[in-house]
Amino acid sequence: MDKDKRMQKIVFWLFLAPALISFFMVQIIPFVIGFYYSFTDWSATAQLTLSFVGLKNYADAFKDTTFLYSTIITSIYTLLNIILVNFVAFGLAMLVTSNIKFRNIYRAGFFLPNVIGGIILGYIWQFIFNRFVPFVAGAWGITYLTENLMLANSRTALLALVIVSTWQYAGYIMMIYVAALQNVPRDLIEAAQVDGASPWQRFKAITIPMVRPAFTVTLFLTLVNSFKQFDVNTSLTGVGPSTMFMGRAINGTELLAMNISNTSLILRNTAMAQAKAIVFFVVLVIFSLLQVYFSKKKEVEL
Amino acid sequence: MNNKITRNIMEIFAITLVAFFMVPLVLVVFNAAKGNNEIIASPLSAPQNWMNLIDNVANIWNNPNIRYSQALFNSVIVTFFSLAGITISSAMAAWVLVRTKTKVSTAIFMMFVAAMVIPFQVVMFPMVKWFGMVQNWIGIPMLRSYFGIIIAYMGFGSSLSIFMFHGFMKSIPLDIEEAAYIDGCSKLKTFFLIVLPILKPIYVTILILNGIWIWNDFLLPMLVLGKGTPVQTIPLAVNNFAGAFVTSYDLLMTAILMALVPVVFFFISAQKHIIKGMVEGSVK
Repeated sequence: MDKDKRMQKIVFWLFLAPALISFFMVQIIPFVIGFYYSFTDWSATAQLTLSFVGLKNYADAFKDTTFLYSTIITSIYTLLNIILVNFVAFGLAMLVTSNIKFRNIYRAGFFLPNVIGGIILGYIWQFIFNRFVPFVAGAWGITYLTENLMLANSRTALLALVIVSTWQYAGYIMMIYVAALQNVPRDLIEAAQVDGASPWQRFKAITIPMVRPAFTVTLFLTLVNSFKQFDVNTSLTGVGPSTMFMGRAINGTELLAMNISNTSLILRNTAMAQAKAIVFFVVLVIFSLLQVYFSKKKEVEL
Repeated sequence: MNNKITRNIMEIFAITLVAFFMVPLVLVVFNAAKGNNEIIASPLSAPQNWMNLIDNVANIWNNPNIRYSQALFNSVIVTFFSLAGITISSAMAAWVLVRTKTKVSTAIFMMFVAAMVIPFQVVMFPMVKWFGMVQNWIGIPMLRSYFGIIIAYMGFGSSLSIFMFHGFMKSIPLDIEEAAYIDGCSKLKTFFLIVLPILKPIYVTILILNGIWIWNDFLLPMLVLGKGTPVQTIPLAVNNFAGAFVTSYDLLMTAILMALVPVVFFFISAQKHIIKGMVEGSVK
């Protein structure tokens, strides 16, 4: 019996080992090291010793105008993205759950951009904004768009990012709405129809409440994914055209994830990048806790 | 009658919308078959001579500035071995975590799940530093190597994969495994011969989720493999090329087209599984 138990223990750890070791190698150990390094003068240039600097990196990060600017534009980008992606996705979901013939083909078509990598997508759209849009605008005589490239101005470039993210992400969110819409019982809608409810009344009183749990999922998914945006940002706009912020020239479309990367890769101040990343992490944890809170609350209501 | 008309209008509306969604991809195909002057003169028309496409593709395939054939090979190797590693290691771990009911087992499972909120930005720089340290200590190349990046993907992929395997395995009855033990099967044999085949529906989902992420991933390979080193994946190679050749749109569009083809082909061949798998992975 005792031998059996020991054997079981050995099997337990043996089976766990490959996953656990790789998990520690890239998540737990770097997380702990990173936390410690955020209190030192760690830099990307070669150095022999690290000295402890206390909260200096965090103080520097909060005083850094580029970090503040990135936080602001990332929030704007995230907000616009949540609205546009969900609006488009819900519309598409309504369309592809109606009784049209080739709905599976349409679903696949809307979903397709989502399997293409952000880096590749960004370059495709760079071509569209820099060549295609001015060309079409020129042909139609819209001189404003031929003289002002969308990617050349930090505000319109941010809007361009929202457009590309919507194109990339709407089909994916659409499928979550599709799953929710298919759960709406047909007889409920038919009963309402018999009672003389108009399409708008049916939509408001049956469809919306029935798919409400899906909204929690889609809102948080778009929130977290927009907040972490990096790939499309890199290839579509890069750090972007410079703009004035608090009296200094600043990179116009540097979202938070890119600001963190560049703090180390360009400024070589890895310790400050790490401090910024930990702040970024804390914000994401708050988002996750909010999501858990809201989904739990919904469950009770049902 | 009235219903039929609205249905036809909806149908046409849907077709128009899908076509609109596909415009960017069609533009890539068209412009990959043009020369640079033709692109500047008319970026939206069909190419005058489709034969240009072959020349452009041949150019990108061997172009020393992108080394597409090498990048394709690297992407395939990295994706394949990372997927094999993630699937087997996560299935093994999830299995013992489900079948062992101790505090340690629960705590380990919770740790894997909790790690899902850790954004890559928090661990990326310390990970590179740590990989460098490990490389110096034990002499195994972790940076700029297949081995390092595969370990990295196994570590980052483990959380979601273990979570999904765990959820699925809870529903598998113990009887089958117990019958195997009575017949004298060892743990290892039971796992590979009995448990793994039952997991098929869930590991299809896990392969798709992780596969698309790894194939398209940019920041992790950029940090672990480095920019412009001999081992580059497709997203890295396209990024290097685009950075240096922004003005030659014909070759850039061809490079993009060649990066798109494997993914789009894979999507078309298995779209039902892919859509289902990717949506399942998100709702967790």
